[in-house]
Amino acid sequence: MAILAIAGNTFRENIRDRILYNLILFAIIMIFSAVALGQLTLGHEDKIIVDLGLSSISIFGMLIAVFIGISLVYKELERRTVYSLLAKPIHRYEFILGKYLGLLCTLFVNVTIMTLGLVLTLASRGGGEFGSYLRLMPAVYLIFLSLALTTALALLFSTFSTPALSAVFTLFFWVAGHFNRDLLDFGRLTESASFRWLCNVLYYLLPNISNFNSIDGRNIIQSAAYHQSVDPAAVMWISVYALLYCAVLLLLSIAIFSRRDFK
Amino acid sequence: MAIIEIENLTKDFHVEFWKMRPVRALDSLNLRVESGEVFGFLGPNGAGKTTTLKILMNLLRPTSGSARILGHPVSSVSMRTHIGYLPENPYFYDYLTAEELLLYVGRLFGIHRLELKRKVAALLENVGLADSRKLQLRKFSKGMIQRIGIAQAIINDPEVVFLDEPMSGLDPIGRRDVREVISSLKNRGVTVFFSSHILPDVEMLCDRVAIVNKGRLQEAGALDDILKVKIEGYETVLAHFDEAIAGELKKLCDEAIIMGDRLHLRTVTSSQAETALSYALAHGAKLISVNPIRASLEEYFFQEIGAHKN
Repeated sequence: MAILAIAGNTFRENIRDRILYNLILFAIIMIFSAVALGQLTLGHEDKIIVDLGLSSISIFGMLIAVFIGISLVYKELERRTVYSLLAKPIHRYEFILGKYLGLLCTLFVNVTIMTLGLVLTLASRGGGEFGSYLRLMPAVYLIFLSLALTTALALLFSTFSTPALSAVFTLFFWVAGHFNRDLLDFGRLTESASFRWLCNVLYYLLPNISNFNSIDGRNIIQSAAYHQSVDPAAVMWISVYALLYCAVLLLLSIAIFSRRDFK
Repeated sequence: MAIIEIENLTKDFHVEFWKMRPVRALDSLNLRVESGEVFGFLGPNGAGKTTTLKILMNLLRPTSGSARILGHPVSSVSMRTHIGYLPENPYFYDYLTAEELLLYVGRLFGIHRLELKRKVAALLENVGLADSRKLQLRKFSKGMIQRIGIAQAIINDPEVVFLDEPMSGLDPIGRRDVREVISSLKNRGVTVFFSSHILPDVEMLCDRVAIVNKGRLQEAGALDDILKVKIEGYETVLAHFDEAIAGELKKLCDEAIIMGDRLHLRTVTSSQAETALSYALAHGAKLISVNPIRASLEEYFFQEIGAHKN
């Protein structure tokens, strides 16, 4: 009950924040501008629109996840709203889970709005039944999963550091997570056993965000653009991975936050 | 029954990372607050008042010692259903309206929706914010924030309320409003524990006080007991006197001043006052009042804390 109340309030806080609208507006403009770009590539307009549209959803979703995620806990500490909140009959884990759930709801609504923008752009060009837009869904779903993971990362950092540092940490992990597979390849190439060991440890430790972008070596956004089918089993395994990784990040956040002194 | 029990509470802060020796903010504090009391917690800035309150609210963990509220350890979450807390210089979510904040807090206490609506309306009326219920808190004045802060602290009908500097930064009307809220809580049998700098308010409200300085308890007890030892003399006020009586009384007292139709006599001892009074009454004067002259809490505060500082 307390988790839902905190999540509801976090959602309301985000919805009343102007930054959010700026970011969504920007994303929608990007999606629409894909139409103009599509004109340059005769016969491939829809593919370009889908490609640019989904990339915009991914990038702006990430910006929302990072910038709102890092300030989630910090704002409560800086403005001391956390004092009166934690004096209420709530556990600290409820606070962390409520905050996370609230931001997840915000992201869900944003991704939905941006996806609708993309679908409307495609529909406005005529052709294509409603069913054909469903091909976007696996890509949108995986983008959302990667955002959920990014949010959990941002939340973890915000439990012990300042927003600026949290942003740097989160972006570092986000970028490193995209090149995770290269790290493994890099380890294989090297002759030093200890370096190979380090590469392997980092590969398993860092979030494997590249997993969310490509399935069986095919880029998920490209698959959507070129009407290629996506293996449901692979999507399921990525979902399980995201769930476990987020759970570990949230447990860490709770462990740190539960031990904190509020000076 | 003791509502709040604090035993040997000590809190050290590591201010700077490279400094090995911590700063001691609280040093073996012992306190007991009984049911239904209004308890004043006094001390200068940095005395350890807010640290104590934060330990009681489980926002800080003590270095050693323990504290219990309503018989439960301060870490108990269920105990917090029965307490209220107003932090120092409170700040609430400024994107919420007054009504939304109280509804949110009420939900955290698990108050049923219908009951909550009724309660929020009554509370807003109670703290004089009914007209501003749809106003976002970012547009609230400091006094209004303090009032919504008190409202959120008592929404659960607590058995004990903790108020950290509830009068600080308020104008006289705001202070009077807060005093009235505290008085009404006391009348309802609620135990109130509040820290303050504003001593006249403490004198008006508190049954007992504790004075802390540099993390140590200086004194605790009924206000009268703490101040009784500080009686500096007696003031007797008389009417219906003539010049001759006034002249004679001046010899018996340390000081005699005529103000309008009143004669104010000051004596150091009570026996001096008795002698002067019986002489005056025997010669036809009328007694208006006899009062002990004692240090105000403020003077006491300056003397005690000043002495410790030196």
